[in-house]
Amino acid sequence: MNRPALRKYVNPQYLSDLPEGPCYDAGHLVTVNAGWRTRKPVLDSEACTGCYICYMNCPEGVIFKSDGKVDIDYDFCKGCGICGNGCPKDAIVMIREGEA
Amino acid sequence: MSVVNKVRINARTITDKEFFYGHKACAGCGGSLAVRHILKVLGERTFTVLPAGCMSAVGFNFPQLCFDSNAIISTFAGTASMMSGIAAGARALGLKDYHVVGIAGDGGTADIGLQALSGAIDRREKVIYICYDNEAYMNTGIQKSGLTPFGARTTTTPAGENIKGTVTTKKNMFEIVAAHGIDYAATASVGYIQDFINKIQKASEVDGTSYIHVYAPCPTGWGTETDVTIDLAKEVVDTGLWVLAEYEQGEFRLNRNPKSFAPVENYVRRQGRFKHLEDEDIAAIVHARDAKWEQIRNSWKLK
Ligand SMILES: Cc1ncc(C[n+]2csc(CCOP(=O)(O)OP(=O)(O)O)c2C)c(N)n1
Ligand code: SF4
Ligand code: SF4
Ligand code: SF4
Ligand SMILES: [Mg+2]
Repeated sequence: MNRPALRKYVNPQYLSDLPEGPCYDAGHLVTVNAGWRTRKPVLDSEACTGCYICYMNCPEGVIFKSDGKVDIDYDFCKGCGICGNGCPKDAIVMIREGEA
Repeated sequence: MSVVNKVRINARTITDKEFFYGHKACAGCGGSLAVRHILKVLGERTFTVLPAGCMSAVGFNFPQLCFDSNAIISTFAGTASMMSGIAAGARALGLKDYHVVGIAGDGGTADIGLQALSGAIDRREKVIYICYDNEAYMNTGIQKSGLTPFGARTTTTPAGENIKGTVTTKKNMFEIVAAHGIDYAATASVGYIQDFINKIQKASEVDGTSYIHVYAPCPTGWGTETDVTIDLAKEVVDTGLWVLAEYEQGEFRLNRNPKSFAPVENYVRRQGRFKHLEDEDIAAIVHARDAKWEQIRNSWKLK
């Protein structure tokens, strides 16, 4: 995987369950950001030309390349709408979260 | 601008790896986009120093750690001192093929961290210092910094009957840094991401200190929609309010010299922080811009 993977949070029982320093290892992810969204980007792969503008402009880095086009990791997308606003082919539309 | 020896990094060649992931920045945060690309361009073998500020606050949330390469939080004033220490440590260990980068906010750079930065440049530390400029102390609730522009409303420069927001103008960090005779300095904007990437790549090849100042809109502090971050970061350049330039070997070079500017009015009017400004205030902003551009066109290398 090209990005840190989500892992299950386990409540520490013993001191030895805690890291020795003030943090766990790099890329230690235990919570998603999907719940922040009020709008959600929906991708039309047919319309996508793989220009990668959205990939370059996503502040979360959740748009990734896939077969010459792109795909979205919804676990960490916050629904900012930058991708939809900047797509020259209108291949990404923002819908209200919970619809469709 | 030429990048030597290496494959030019662009949308097609940039690594697929993400080193800043799952962070808690507000939706549409320009600063987080800057951090994402800095880490991608510099790669895995990078030591990153972040002082107190939004980007450290949103990246380190125990038990979560959203940096996927080596990163550490410094004191607010001490970004460049910690970078210098890391560079010395890496040298002592005989490490090869690595970068030391500092990523600090406008307050952390132009105000409280300026002394440490000045010292690091003076010693010619082999480090890359990047200031992401969201034009206020955002992490503590939008207080005015030395880089808050004229007219902007912040919580310490409110807009009311007597004073219309910030009455001072932005310190010119790019020229302050250049005045040290630094090896490489540049300005950039997240709205022109390829230009920013080129400059990060170039900084990574400099044998000495480099400084990049990147414009990074903040929807929360500016009162703007989350989806216009890139648009604003383009527009600020197109209006001439933010200048894309480089400083090298004692010379300033303008990267973009537009024949005409996009209207300042459009840029200002879509931001809550400028909502109270009247036409005469916008005219003052335009006047200051024109005076600056005249000086630039008379004394810098154009392209
Ligand atoms: C010595 C010290 N003074 C004040 C603070 C409180 N503080 C933490 S972050 C911050 C604001 C940082 O502003 P800036 O550098 O512009 O970064 P931003 O939050 O805007 O990204 C302040 C004032 C601190 N951590 N340390
Ligand atoms: S911006 Fe649009 S066309 Fe370009 S890669 Fe993204 S979805 Fe495809
Ligand atoms: S809505 Fe924002 S966070 Fe989600 S994929 Fe688009 S640019 Fe990225
Ligand atoms: S307050 Fe502004 S700079 Fe800070 S995380 Fe939110 S959008 Fe980014
Ligand atoms: Mg700031």
